[in-house]
Amino acid sequence: MKQDLVIVGAGPAGMGAAIEARRAGLSVLVLDEQSAPGGQIYRQVERVTLTETARADRLGPDYAHGAALVREFRDSGAEYLPGAMVWQIEAGKVWYLSGDRAASADAGQILMATGAIERPMTRKGWTLPGVMSAGGVQILLKSSGMIPGADTVLAGSGPLLYLIAGQILAAGGRLQAIVETVPSSRYLAAARHLPAALGTGYLSKGLAMLMGLRRKGVQIYRGVSDLEVTGRDRAEALHFRHKGQAVTLTTSLVVLHEGVIPNQQITRLTECAHDWNPAQDCFEPRTDDWGNASVPGLMIAGDGAGIGGAWAAEAGGRLAGLEAARAAGRIDTTTRDAQAAPLRARLNALIRGRGFLEVLYAPSAPVPKDDATIVCRCEEITAGQIREAVAIGGLGPNQVKSYLRCGMGPCQGRMCGPVVTAIIAEERGVSPDAIGYFRIRPPLKPIPLAAIANAEPGDG
Amino acid sequence: MSFTRTPTAARSVQFSFDGMPVQAREGDSVAAALLAAGIDRFRTTPKQGKPRLPYCMMGICFDCLLEIDGEANRQGCMVEVRDGMQVRRQDQSREVRL
Repeated sequence: MKQDLVIVGAGPAGMGAAIEARRAGLSVLVLDEQSAPGGQIYRQVERVTLTETARADRLGPDYAHGAALVREFRDSGAEYLPGAMVWQIEAGKVWYLSGDRAASADAGQILMATGAIERPMTRKGWTLPGVMSAGGVQILLKSSGMIPGADTVLAGSGPLLYLIAGQILAAGGRLQAIVETVPSSRYLAAARHLPAALGTGYLSKGLAMLMGLRRKGVQIYRGVSDLEVTGRDRAEALHFRHKGQAVTLTTSLVVLHEGVIPNQQITRLTECAHDWNPAQDCFEPRTDDWGNASVPGLMIAGDGAGIGGAWAAEAGGRLAGLEAARAAGRIDTTTRDAQAAPLRARLNALIRGRGFLEVLYAPSAPVPKDDATIVCRCEEITAGQIREAVAIGGLGPNQVKSYLRCGMGPCQGRMCGPVVTAIIAEERGVSPDAIGYFRIRPPLKPIPLAAIANAEPGDG
Repeated sequence: MSFTRTPTAARSVQFSFDGMPVQAREGDSVAAALLAAGIDRFRTTPKQGKPRLPYCMMGICFDCLLEIDGEANRQGCMVEVRDGMQVRRQDQSREVRL
């Protein structure tokens, strides 16, 4: 059966879009790789709210909002297919793997709402067991109630780093230290954006987090550089420079984070146009105010269209849902615009304070200085090898990929792509915009050959 | 690296890792269950044979690749653990089975 709208991803944007599109009478199918709606931000929110009220409370009021949103989504009448991994999108057709079966769904319109990934924080030793991303540690806490050990060190920058620190402490855990890679000059540069950030809630949230950490005796190192993790078969120590001194912390878990960027995989697969966002130091797919991509019939909403956080993603998703209803002829432009007005107002308020965060928490060192640093985790390709490839004429990511197999491992360039572009741009002295990105081909994730061979076209 | 667990009402699940019994909680991903059990490597890399554990836990890094119920290269962080599941470590490269 053909659906008016097929949505990929059930985070705040996907759910918001489904709710609005259903309200306007569209048939909606939501394909979600996870086992329950919520995306990464409201992961497992139904189960945690049901079985462990205390844990849900500790995860904060934003997480509680997720429970309400999931309820609204469940009641919307959208068809929800969990455990469905989308591996190819062609004109009007979405291919996915459900269990061991490949199937496809025909779609009038397709909305990609696959969210953000953490910016790869490529540092020497980051491939060692005992080095994890902050998002990963947060998932362990949210989904499985796992609290890391007291020797844990959080390193990097960005609001999520402090949020996670607060959540670990609230859950009864302890932390050894927070090692912040924000250069001190950034605080001055960011101050220019302070007036816009006042009254948005970002600052008071941030201050409350910081004071909480200090009270619990977490050591905070500011303005550090030259991070490196060492150990034989696992992380044993984190080294860095702080106020001109070399510091070593003994630790078995280093948690890295330097902000989030749109997950480009699906929007690159579908050959949507992307632009470089210098303020957020990342590529973003090009969309209009309603989430329409450069490719007709394709829409993008949420953090996958540009980082704005969960509340902005939900509003953006709702706008896309209204636009999908207009494009399908279910509502007219006047109705769409009237329903969009409060969403736009909310969105503008949310975006107002972000300049401050963007300047303060821009990545400190997107390009690893040390040639021995592994960039491509899958194929174990170092920064030095990539620089060499550029020197012998590898002018773009796809040439470097064919020289080195960099980005050709199982993660298909998800972890190294942004850094490969950054290294080539630096070596050639041009903007990342001029360098571009890996070409992403189907399947979007590795799938068994037998599943493709047994695919049932049109069975969705 | 070690984790302690918050109390829960979730049911306990039993599966095996390289033939060894492991206790998990219903709702855990295979990767979370193995980290909670203190497993020190999920796999070794195909090229250099280096040990790896999950990095991202959200389906991006592919460092949690495991053999699950006979199927190689499954993302341990994206698969929910079930009673009786048989999970194996992946050392170095996989053989192509047709």
